Amino acid sequence: MSARVTSAARVLAPEPAVGQGGAAAASLGADAAAALRAARLALLRDLTLAFRQRSQLIQPLAFFAMVTLLFPLAISPELSRLRAVAPGVLWVAALLASLLALEFLFRDDAHDGTLEQYALSGQSLTWLMFAKTAAHWLLTGLPLALMAPLAGLSLGVPVAALPGIVASVAVGSVTLSLIGSIGAALTLGIKRSGTLLSLLTLPLSLPVLIFGARATELAINGAPLAAPLELLAALAVLGITLAPLAAAAAVRISLE
Amino acid sequence: MTWTWFHRLGSPPYVYALAARLTPWFAWPAALLITGGLAGGLVLAPPDYQQGDGFRIVYVHAPSAWMSLMVYMTMAIAAAVALIWRIKVGHAVAAACAPIGASFTFVALVTGALYGAPMWGTYWEWDPRLTSELILLFLYLGYMGLRAGLEDTQRADRASALLAVAGSVNVPIIHYSVTWWNSLHQAPTVMQFGKPKMALAMLVPLLMMLAGFTLYFVAVLLVRLRGEVLSRERAASWIPEVLKT
Repeated sequence: MSARVTSAARVLAPEPAVGQGGAAAASLGADAAAALRAARLALLRDLTLAFRQRSQLIQPLAFFAMVTLLFPLAISPELSRLRAVAPGVLWVAALLASLLALEFLFRDDAHDGTLEQYALSGQSLTWLMFAKTAAHWLLTGLPLALMAPLAGLSLGVPVAALPGIVASVAVGSVTLSLIGSIGAALTLGIKRSGTLLSLLTLPLSLPVLIFGARATELAINGAPLAAPLELLAALAVLGITLAPLAAAAAVRISLE
Repeated sequence: MTWTWFHRLGSPPYVYALAARLTPWFAWPAALLITGGLAGGLVLAPPDYQQGDGFRIVYVHAPSAWMSLMVYMTMAIAAAVALIWRIKVGHAVAAACAPIGASFTFVALVTGALYGAPMWGTYWEWDPRLTSELILLFLYLGYMGLRAGLEDTQRADRASALLAVAGSVNVPIIHYSVTWWNSLHQAPTVMQFGKPKMALAMLVPLLMMLAGFTLYFVAVLLVRLRGEVLSRERAASWIPEVLKT
């Protein structure tokens, strides 16, 4: 665990002294620069840790593939029937996989005290939460989006639809990670919080499911999918604006 | 303009006494309005020319559906007030709201399904309103689940308050996305609740029921609030004195 601790220490390393008497604008700029620097280090740290412990990367993907496999077995091997339900299958599988991966977001950091140090560091916790969520998306959302074509092909989706599917999962999973960060922060420290976490985050994730499945359906039919994709992007922008604030507040509440 | 009335809300004994004093002022009008509304709706109003007597369930369904949203709003506002100004009573109000709101949502769902049976020929239709109502029920359950999962009252208060505020941002998004989803997959709904052109004899009882349900909610909220205050302040010295009388 020493790698975890030293890498956290780098994030929290004391700032180079900022001139106290400088103009307010200059110190504001320095604060923003410091916050960004801390956020970048937190992001790199989470990525490094994940690549040193690859089960965290592989498990959500394996889960996604496994859930996709369940449907042909449960419904029928006929590709024509599978193609009809493919958008729903892909998106439910992606939603569940991203939910499962939320466990990795804060658990270890809360366990070894890193999260407490983040909160006490004087750095903007909002930026640090944004960095952690961004790392989480890079480690689960993006791989899920890249994996979606494989799952899609196995469900009889035409090749021409694959770029649209990748785009919709990539954009939609941003919002899923952001909503999940609030839920995961609120349930920190609750024993066996898995079912509670799903009860908290799934209702809030339904718009993403609706627009994402619709975009996938349009892509499969070869229709333009700009409208649902733009709605997904709008949700992502709203989430990026508000969710890190809420997640930071939730972490502070949970650490009290 | 003085703010003393506002600051007094920070004192649990005052809130407890105030809630006790106010309850009958809401409970009695609620009872009168609901009795009147039921009599007007179930007996006096003429049967609908298309739906016959089946439409009468609307007198319970529509107010419940209305209340389910309004209670959520009340809960979110109380939670936000408590979070921002650190007023503990706000947390107690929010905590007291959740079970009431969940019950209204449940009643709206059940009456909606019963309404659907004669109107649509099926108990469940993926109508956008019913679907939103179902999602709302899960939002309430998540809120109550989070409260139940956290043993420390202070942490439960603040965490669930944050969840309520986050949920209230999401409720309109969920509602419109569900409406959008529904408009793609099926023809517009067969029937509309709360038609603008409603005969006066039908409309007046409905408005009475709406007002009655709202007052009933406030009365139940005040009773539950007293319970919340008692359980939060159980160690305080003023409680035995109040309970003696």
